[in-house]
Amino acid sequence: MQSAKTASELSALAYRLRRNVLEMIGVGKAGHLGGSNSLAEIVATLYFSRMRFDPKNIHDPDRDRFLLSKGHAVLIQYSALVELGVISRDEVPKVKTLAGILQGHPDMAKTPGIEAVTGSLGQGLSIGVGMALGLRLDGRSSRVYVIMGDGELAEGQLWESAMAAARFKVDNLTAFLDRNSIQATGPVKDIFEIPAIEEKWIAFGWNVILIDGHNPTEILSALDSAEKVKGKPSLIIANTVKGKGVSFAENTAAFHNGILTKELYEKALSDVDSVSLALANGTEVRK
Amino acid sequence: MTAAKNLREAYGQALVELGRKDRNVVALEADLRNSTRSVLFYNEFPDRYFEMGIAEQNMTSTAAGLALAGKIPFVHSFAVFCAGRAYDQLRNSICVPRLKVRICGSSAGLSDYGDGKTHQAIEDMSIMRALPNMTVLCPADGIEMTKMMEASVDWDGPIYFRVNRNELPFVTPEDEPYHIGKMTTVHEGTDVAIFACGVMVSRGIEAAKALAAEGVSVRVINASTVKPFDVDTAIELSRGVKAIVVAEEHTIIGGLGSAVVEALRSVTHAPVQFVGIEDSFGLSAENYEILLDHFGLTAAAIIGAARELLDGRTPAGNGREKVVSR
Repeated sequence: MQSAKTASELSALAYRLRRNVLEMIGVGKAGHLGGSNSLAEIVATLYFSRMRFDPKNIHDPDRDRFLLSKGHAVLIQYSALVELGVISRDEVPKVKTLAGILQGHPDMAKTPGIEAVTGSLGQGLSIGVGMALGLRLDGRSSRVYVIMGDGELAEGQLWESAMAAARFKVDNLTAFLDRNSIQATGPVKDIFEIPAIEEKWIAFGWNVILIDGHNPTEILSALDSAEKVKGKPSLIIANTVKGKGVSFAENTAAFHNGILTKELYEKALSDVDSVSLALANGTEVRK
Repeated sequence: MTAAKNLREAYGQALVELGRKDRNVVALEADLRNSTRSVLFYNEFPDRYFEMGIAEQNMTSTAAGLALAGKIPFVHSFAVFCAGRAYDQLRNSICVPRLKVRICGSSAGLSDYGDGKTHQAIEDMSIMRALPNMTVLCPADGIEMTKMMEASVDWDGPIYFRVNRNELPFVTPEDEPYHIGKMTTVHEGTDVAIFACGVMVSRGIEAAKALAAEGVSVRVINASTVKPFDVDTAIELSRGVKAIVVAEEHTIIGGLGSAVVEALRSVTHAPVQFVGIEDSFGLSAENYEILLDHFGLTAAAIIGAARELLDGRTPAGNGREKVVSR
């Protein structure tokens, strides 16, 4: 179990993760910056404050499980695993190279700490439901956390698994919807808007909670309330900013999987570092 | 009288046995429990049985999750949906991480004779064979079905069971040990080698007996492990024969025939002919026999193919008269 952290400590950790993501992408190499950075506070809160996950015993059968159904955002998970010492920092510049262990999408065979193979969108929630059922059969109290993207919601399989999760009452599963409102080729509202998302999940039998996905206090309290709900799974709809923390990448599809020039890379690092500095000084950051 | 057993029934009973031996065995079903006979497991282990509804994609990835939590899930549907509807889930959720998931492709081949093209899996072995890490098993009779299930306990990675819907005559000896990955000779001979799987093994034996009456000595091989293919034994059993025939209830593209030729590709070997479905979908028919006859999946076709090769004839189109079911 990670020690409980304050909200401001978690915010600072989130920016450390964002910096790791940038270092992984580097210069001249495509990387999923936008959808990784929108998740930084959620991932930081889960890994550093909430999940039962011992970096020294990553196969503990009683651990909580973290699954990225939106597998393309795996850089943010790698970043957390680097901070925890599960992945060596030497791997950071070797992302998506033959010499490295950090694949373009989550690969259990290559990377320690990865719990499933995801990346073909729509499958992660089903996998999470299966894990939750298996853990429940064994009488374990482990929880399963699954993170989905809002563009991903167009995948029919997600709705199949939403129905199954409710039908089997898997209350040891909490899903997040990273609602950053931008998908690969443009704003969700222009590409494939899905109306009444909250209402749909409620109608499908889920407990639904809405939060600001960049506010660790809200994330923690949503996780608390999800855990208290018995007999149904919970969905935390997290409103987020795609590319959060990197000024030119915020709210744009251009850096869903963009390439950074030297200039943009330097600018991105300085954006992230300036917030980190402000957080360290206890200065309120508002952009 | 030849004894026979329904393969689905043999499967369902074997699954229950596995469930008794190992509490980690769980089953998932897509509303076909009476057909697939997973109902037998449901009756005995309702807490380890997940009726997933008619949602094969979710069922398949859910099985991955169960495997990741230490369970040994058996996924059930018709073969055509296991291989087709849930292909990407099989590929990415299960085969990439090489999970210990078992897929029961029931009513495979043309064995669901009444339901027609949409329900008859004629390409499932090609699809499954192409997936890295997948094991593909096609039992010839109920005895082998049961042994395969027992042997699967110690087999790592995903397994696809191609399960016929009907009664098939016993062709495999009850007392012979079974190993996944091995092929066995079920009829000895020296002039012709017939590689077959599933329902075509009994037809191969029938052909061998008819040819023996004409003085042609035929070896029939039950190649029930279609993948990983027993390459060394295939080469060994092909050595010295004058003709090789591969018989399968499947499209000739990518199935057992392909596996045999892949195995023999680096050695000099006798000419090979395929008895299978010539690039077409199935059809509805009044019974299984009529449908197999319609597609030329018969002992007569095997005999014809062997004679053609022995006579050195290579008919136009490299094969029998084509059956096209459009």
